Amino acid sequence: MTTPPLVEQLTQKASLVSAVVRPVASMDEAMAYVADVCLGKEACQILASGCDAPLSDTAEALCQTKQEKIICAPEMPAEAMATLTALCDEKGISLITSGMRSRLGGIDIGLTMAVAGIAETGTVVVRSMSEEVRLASMVAEIHIAVLPASTIVADSYALEPQLVAWMGQPDYTAFVTGPSRTADIERVLALGVHGPLELHILILEDK
Amino acid sequence: MQDATTLKAYRAQLRDALDNDFQRQALDKFAVAYRASRANAFAGIDAPELIAEIAAAKDVAIDQLEELFAEFKRHAEAAGTKVHLAATAHEANEIIARIAKENGVKTIVKSKSMTAEETHLNDHLEGQGFEVTETDLGEWIIQLRHEGPTHMVMPAIHLSRYQVADLFSEVTNQKQEVDIQKLVKVARRELRPKFCQADMGISGANFAIAATGTIGIITNEGNGRLTTTLPRVHVALAGIDKLMPSLHDALRIIRCLPKNATGQAITSYVTWVTGAVPCEVGPEGKKVKHVVFLDNGRMAMAKDPEFKQVLRCIRCGACANVCPIYRLVGGHKYGHVYIGAIGLVATYFFHGREKAKNLVQNCLNCGACKAVCAAGIDLPTLIKEVHARIQDEEGHPAYSTAVGQVLKNRTLFHTMLKSARLLQKPITGGTPYLRHLPMFLFKDQEFRALPAIADEAFRDRWEKIKPRVTDAKLKVALFSGCVQDFIYPEQMEAAVTVMASKKGVAMEFPKGQSCCGLPLLMMGEKKAGRELAAHNMNAIDAQDFDYIVTMCASCASYLKHGYKRLFADDPAMTYKASQFAHRVIDFSSFVHDVLGISEADFAGPDKKVTYHAPCHLCRGMGVTEAPRALLREAGLDYLPAEEEDVCCGFGGSFSVKFPELSKELLGKKLANLKATGATAMATDCPGCIMQIRGGFEQEKTPFEVRHVAEYLAERLKRK
Repeated sequence: MTTPPLVEQLTQKASLVSAVVRPVASMDEAMAYVADVCLGKEACQILASGCDAPLSDTAEALCQTKQEKIICAPEMPAEAMATLTALCDEKGISLITSGMRSRLGGIDIGLTMAVAGIAETGTVVVRSMSEEVRLASMVAEIHIAVLPASTIVADSYALEPQLVAWMGQPDYTAFVTGPSRTADIERVLALGVHGPLELHILILEDK
Repeated sequence: MQDATTLKAYRAQLRDALDNDFQRQALDKFAVAYRASRANAFAGIDAPELIAEIAAAKDVAIDQLEELFAEFKRHAEAAGTKVHLAATAHEANEIIARIAKENGVKTIVKSKSMTAEETHLNDHLEGQGFEVTETDLGEWIIQLRHEGPTHMVMPAIHLSRYQVADLFSEVTNQKQEVDIQKLVKVARRELRPKFCQADMGISGANFAIAATGTIGIITNEGNGRLTTTLPRVHVALAGIDKLMPSLHDALRIIRCLPKNATGQAITSYVTWVTGAVPCEVGPEGKKVKHVVFLDNGRMAMAKDPEFKQVLRCIRCGACANVCPIYRLVGGHKYGHVYIGAIGLVATYFFHGREKAKNLVQNCLNCGACKAVCAAGIDLPTLIKEVHARIQDEEGHPAYSTAVGQVLKNRTLFHTMLKSARLLQKPITGGTPYLRHLPMFLFKDQEFRALPAIADEAFRDRWEKIKPRVTDAKLKVALFSGCVQDFIYPEQMEAAVTVMASKKGVAMEFPKGQSCCGLPLLMMGEKKAGRELAAHNMNAIDAQDFDYIVTMCASCASYLKHGYKRLFADDPAMTYKASQFAHRVIDFSSFVHDVLGISEADFAGPDKKVTYHAPCHLCRGMGVTEAPRALLREAGLDYLPAEEEDVCCGFGGSFSVKFPELSKELLGKKLANLKATGATAMATDCPGCIMQIRGGFEQEKTPFEVRHVAEYLAERLKRK
């Protein structure tokens, strides 16, 4: 089976900005991937997230609040949650769907559904009226977004009617392209500033 | 933040900036890298078309700001956002402080906002006892250092990793390693508690969409998303020029802004926030949400036909990225709050004449900013216009008025030039240069040798050399400009020889012509400039000719584009200027495109020659191919130089006013030319020749610097 052109373009463009892109055949496969990434992650992401750096006392104290491996998956479909709950129980991972405000020191993985993809820029669109979705996708060290292949459009203009409809009431929607980044010191690229250190996009094949 | 009170003090600051080696290297590297990454980012996209669309859409929005504000307010308030309009910077700060007080706020986190820099919001809030923390990495760094940004999108580009490590060591009371990746993570951890504790988040807004009352924010670090999510109060501060009718207008700008800013296809985050969204710690589980629009002169500007285009600016910072002067001195000396070319213009409007009057003179008029502007703003013209307005308001300096009086009177000007020829004898030492300059007159000018006035002006040679044409096919008026008329008449003669090699080219040199008037524009003498332009259009009756050919790139672009602008308020003169401009063409384009001179016309030995692209030819006239093609067709071995289209530092009176900058730019140019391995250079502008030839002469490097016409003339096949 050949890859549809929009999927191919999104994969290519997202990879250029350091996102990890994987096709998945089913939601079960996606959940297995999530659990595997969490398991394969260092027991403590101190190297990546900077806990090894000497810090001031307040910042140090905040680091101490995170002790176990946590996935936060707010607003995921019920059947996906059933699969993921079973996997997390089996592997000893803590799975939550809310309470992000007491986890601001950081969690391992924030898992969200993307509502659309933009092929031209390798972007996933995350609609996050829920504060839990916003925080899970920002505070996590790794943000994993499940993107149904059928929702990928060519460019941002193609998404315009949908966006305008959402904006008809209070709304919070983001275009997310790669992990958070900066080049503010000597124009040297560094991934993972205030947001995730990694972005994984799981492109869910159409049934 | 440039705030010198006199030009002399400003020049002293500029000299200090030139000694900042780290900043010089950082900006040099960026200037070169930016060019490639921008081109790469726009690959496959019609950038000029996109820019034209943005400009047109912004113009539509600018004409209806009041209506857009009302529409935004209606939709935003229906969704739970309170909308404010602040007439002044102070009023905006007061509104935000009041919101903070009403909500019992103690601590505030901020994501990046140039508008907040404009109003000096942090100072105001801190003065009222609030704790304010910038969360954009670069902004946090400069906040900790108590200084302003040096670039609109890379505020700490002037600092090294060593300086940041020292700063972070101080902030954390722990020794930090000099490792950028680790320093970024230190900021991540140090700022996270600030987000958690903050009662209020202040953001800017890149877009305010009237149709839905939505704001759009673009960031890379994710601090914008945390600032708008974690605290219970969110205030967005935006210039009222950020209002646009629809989402489409914003999406269009997003296609351009990150690419133009840093060569990035799109930022990591584009966040769209409409109304009061759920917030666990907010009253009734909702965010307290305010949008404050800042007028601060923008509404008046929107009604100013000349300056309304300033409001098109989308704050990408590209005008600084390509500015040869910014590259030398950095943002602290090349802007007050707003930096780069747009800063030279905006400072006058947002921060006043005092802050703008020295700054605005520091422009080469090279046009690099205009060529890259995401919104097609004619920045060089606006900079000169601000300069002229300040002079009209403050009174013109005596020397400037005097030059205006002389230049607009051709007879007086030319008589003075001829007298100068006799008076210069003691200082030329028989060479074509002014050898023994009276230094009190030419302070700091010794970085280049200045040419002497020629023994016989072109206008006095014309009758002797004028080609007699019996079967005229094309009627051509020659416009020499002052430099080629009085200093380099041999360039004019060469051009005449080349054009005469094709049959039927009937040339005239209308003797009434005088200086094109560009020097007056450069000095802010707009009124004298208009008189001079009118004089030239009378001296050369455009209707009598098919073409008006000039060998000087600066004259060409000024005659073609500048004259029309001078008479924008006078329909009859605008028509006349259009008729005139329509016929103006530069030498290389005329010879290559119109006369169709080709390889068959030339012969001569192999010779390596490099090229300098004059600002006013490659950008001013949009001519890039013709001169290079001519060199190749004439059988010359053309070796391209690095940064061929970067200004040589002449800029007319600029080089007299800011010799320390002119000298640095000339140094770079000479180094790039020498690096080609050629020992000869062609160009299309006598001003550039004066600068570059003078530079080589001064450093005693044997390097031939001549006009394209001269190379062609000596290689023409004898018939």
